[in-house]
Amino acid sequence: MRPKLLPSPRVLAPRVLARLALLPALLALGGCDWVVMNPSGDIATQQRDLIIVATVLMLLIIVPVIALTLFFAWKYRRSNEDAPYDPDWHHSTRLEIVIWAAPLVIITILGAVTWTSTHLLDPYRPLDRLAPGRSAQHVKPLKVQVVALDWKWLFIYPELGVATVNELAAPVDTPIDFQLTSSSVMNSFYVPALAGQIYAMPGMTTQLHAVINKPGTFDGFSANFSGAGFSHMRFKFHGMSQANFDRWAADVRKGDQRLDGPRYLVLEKPSEKAPVQKFASVDAGLFDKAVNRCVEPGKMCQHDMMRIDANGGLGMAGVYNVTTLEYDKRVRRGQGGGQEGGLRAFVAALCAPKPSEAR
Amino acid sequence: MSPDLVKFIFGRLTWEAIPLHEPILLGTFIVVALGGLTTLGLLTRYKLWGYLWREWLTSVDHKKIGVMYIILAIVMLLRGFADALMMRAQQAMAFGDNAGYLPSSHYDQIFTAHGVIMIFFVAMPLVTGLMNLAVPLQIGARDVAFPFLNNFSFWMTVGGAVTVMLSLFVGEFARTGWLAYPPLSNLAYSPDVGVDYYIWALQIAGVGTTLSGINLVVTIIKMRAPGMSLMKMPVFTWTSLCTNVLIVATFPILTATLALLTADRYLYTNFFTNDFGGNPMMYVNLIWIWGHPEVYILILPAFGVFSEVVSTFCGKRLFGYSSMVYATVVITILSYLVWLHHFFTMGSGASVNSFFGITTMIISIPTGAKIFNWLFTMYRGRIRYEVPMLWTLGFMVTFVIGGMTGVLLAVPPADFVLHNSLFLIAHFHNVIIGGVVFGMFAGITYWFPKAFGFKLDPFWGKVSFWCWLVGFWVAFTPLYVLGLMGVTRRVSRFEDPSLQIWFVIAAIGAVIILGGIVAFIVQIVVSIRNREALRDETGDPWGGRTLEWSTSSPPPAYNFAFTPVVHQLDAWWDMKQRGYGRPTTGFIPIHMPANTGAGVILAGISTVLGFALIWHIWWLAAVSFVALVAAAIAHTFNFKRDYYIPAEEVVRVEDARTEALRSLT
Repeated sequence: MRPKLLPSPRVLAPRVLARLALLPALLALGGCDWVVMNPSGDIATQQRDLIIVATVLMLLIIVPVIALTLFFAWKYRRSNEDAPYDPDWHHSTRLEIVIWAAPLVIITILGAVTWTSTHLLDPYRPLDRLAPGRSAQHVKPLKVQVVALDWKWLFIYPELGVATVNELAAPVDTPIDFQLTSSSVMNSFYVPALAGQIYAMPGMTTQLHAVINKPGTFDGFSANFSGAGFSHMRFKFHGMSQANFDRWAADVRKGDQRLDGPRYLVLEKPSEKAPVQKFASVDAGLFDKAVNRCVEPGKMCQHDMMRIDANGGLGMAGVYNVTTLEYDKRVRRGQGGGQEGGLRAFVAALCAPKPSEAR
Repeated sequence: MSPDLVKFIFGRLTWEAIPLHEPILLGTFIVVALGGLTTLGLLTRYKLWGYLWREWLTSVDHKKIGVMYIILAIVMLLRGFADALMMRAQQAMAFGDNAGYLPSSHYDQIFTAHGVIMIFFVAMPLVTGLMNLAVPLQIGARDVAFPFLNNFSFWMTVGGAVTVMLSLFVGEFARTGWLAYPPLSNLAYSPDVGVDYYIWALQIAGVGTTLSGINLVVTIIKMRAPGMSLMKMPVFTWTSLCTNVLIVATFPILTATLALLTADRYLYTNFFTNDFGGNPMMYVNLIWIWGHPEVYILILPAFGVFSEVVSTFCGKRLFGYSSMVYATVVITILSYLVWLHHFFTMGSGASVNSFFGITTMIISIPTGAKIFNWLFTMYRGRIRYEVPMLWTLGFMVTFVIGGMTGVLLAVPPADFVLHNSLFLIAHFHNVIIGGVVFGMFAGITYWFPKAFGFKLDPFWGKVSFWCWLVGFWVAFTPLYVLGLMGVTRRVSRFEDPSLQIWFVIAAIGAVIILGGIVAFIVQIVVSIRNREALRDETGDPWGGRTLEWSTSSPPPAYNFAFTPVVHQLDAWWDMKQRGYGRPTTGFIPIHMPANTGAGVILAGISTVLGFALIWHIWWLAAVSFVALVAAAIAHTFNFKRDYYIPAEEVVRVEDARTEALRSLT
């Protein structure tokens, strides 16, 4: 009997394919500093897995296509007189069916994967697990309100009553429930080790649910260009044990800084490479005012405006309610006060409390 | 003079707008000015002004307009690529304490300008240029449906390009990214002229693009040679038809979106502001409803070029013509249904995201079918490795990888980690360079002998191809890797020194691509010098299959002395197979459109109007607007729109061709 040195081609082909398909997975494991491929949070890990699954699925078709392209290109070169030449062959129903069906099958599978994973990994969906096999049901999530400012990040912990700038901390294996907005332009909140990004946009809130599974310090930043200081709009995210986190929170509470409306308006002014700041206490409702763009005293909150409009608006009376906006973003951005067309207007609050009464 | 008077005369324009304090810009300006003066001097010295004006600038000949579009694109490619090199250099340097050599105010303009120029003033003119050059010839027509409109469209595109270039030396360009998302691009956060340059450059060029789209749709629908039913059209004509349908349907959306942004910036409306019920996300939706079809506007003609090239150089009919056509049409329709995949991360619900993710993936089915069709055209062919075929093979191998990463990005949860990252940047350069740019180079090399009567030098063409292919992979593989390392776009300074090596490799790749661009220019110069050796008298240097190869190279002004009659797909191949004899007698006078300077004048005034609006020079805006309307009305009184080429002239041209063909055998 002939010694079997090589497996027969029929056995070889699927095996080689399978190995090729594993390539990205191996790459992922090999590249330890590739944070997207080697994250530390359960959501980001599932997103990583999805990248691998989708890539392998597509390689099933991409690899043969590239191989065939190169093979045909070589075999049917003009100098190869032995290769058959069939200048009028241009149709084959069977081949056409394969041509359309093969991608269709892959896309059908990928489409199903997409539908389920998009729903399961929807950033708005509260977590139902902390890690594979560990339910999140009985763990109380940590609420964090995020405000993207020019060009730094403000994190408010409403349950703890504290806030920080450019530093985010959370206990490991605890769901984090982010609510995000922005004070001026669009930014995107992204901690690659934790979970995929979500935009922070002015006048709107977005949500993100995530969990960090390993203690450590991770990079966070804005992923959407937001102006001159964008490159330095970075912060550190600390994943800590519960005990360390409690200590950290107590430490923040010890400070004497308070974040209220006027302080927020100062903080909101554009600055680059802002240092970490900690606020021992925060005005309740500050985030809500930031979302509704009415931290400035006397300005109508957007939700009030929307409610009035939903009820038919104020008619002509509403026109008189428009006041010149003295609070000027451009000056705050250090771009000079030379305004074209006068000061910008805003809608005055109808029954806003006087600043002294505001808490 | 009183300051009020100065402000009235010059609007916002002051000496400070001239960047005398920026050595990089000043240097560029001096080089550009010297180059410009030399060109002007040479034109004057050799008394070429009259020739240039009569034969080119005022020409309504679709072939010449096509060539001018391509020249515009190549000039703008040099500018856009200089921006790319500057970005790569900055990112390779700026680590830790080293801030690089570009302040963020300059860097932010560069990446915006790079995107705007490459899409609107390189890729679009290349595509429009090739369509102009080839489509009327492929369908056996004498010109496009509206020859003057064609000239006007071209000059409006030039007007837009001039406006962008002006921003380099007078004022500044937008610092917002190439799509200028509000609120950043709105008055509150970008009060200076940058975004206004952006708006008016795109609006002026957009008029040209839309009109050229209408023109080519009408041309293809109404002016095909007798016998050429839709399913006998060459594939490039089919993809051009679909592209122009997309242009006509989507560019008005871009125009309207930018008009709303203009209203916000000039009239203080609140469409996209933060306050007063403005909604910036509306802009994001609208701009991508244009923006995603735009991607297919660029790639479809490239697909068409590959179809022509692959069947010509394999000496074989295209495999699966009908499925190619259906695939093109399906892509055209689906391209409207996917725009939201550009902002999965803005918090649309899971169902909305999945819908747009899945529609995006579905596009890969017809695209995959196309790839297979090219593949099986090669099967049992006789492949000649001329330069256009090399580009095609480079495309097939490169583009499928870009397609794969594209489908990956269409999976919303994967997009959450890859959006805005350098992985995304690598993906779209993978499809735009690997698809559009390779396709356009293939098309230029393929149709160059048709336009000028001699082939391009193959050696330098191969050097250019290999530099582009290798350079592309060296430049963008690191970007894929960096994206997986969580590095995002538009960052001008980095903290983590371990990333630097990847940026250095990417910069090396960019330099290799530069080699490809230089080789392309050398190729043109060498080919012009060796044109006698490279000359093609047959008019059919590649053994072509479609009608453009049936006439002489370059074709006479009237393209075809007699309109060809089509019986089969691949009409010229069919004619050759059946021993077609070229008619040599019986010529009659030919009715042709006359040249006009109206396009240059109207576009020139439009550019002045744009400049006046950018700088708030209201008197000039008013004057130029009135002048624009007046010039347009005056043009309607120009009754010298057409002329007849006398029969004797046709006989002379055709006899010369008969003689040339006889001397070949």
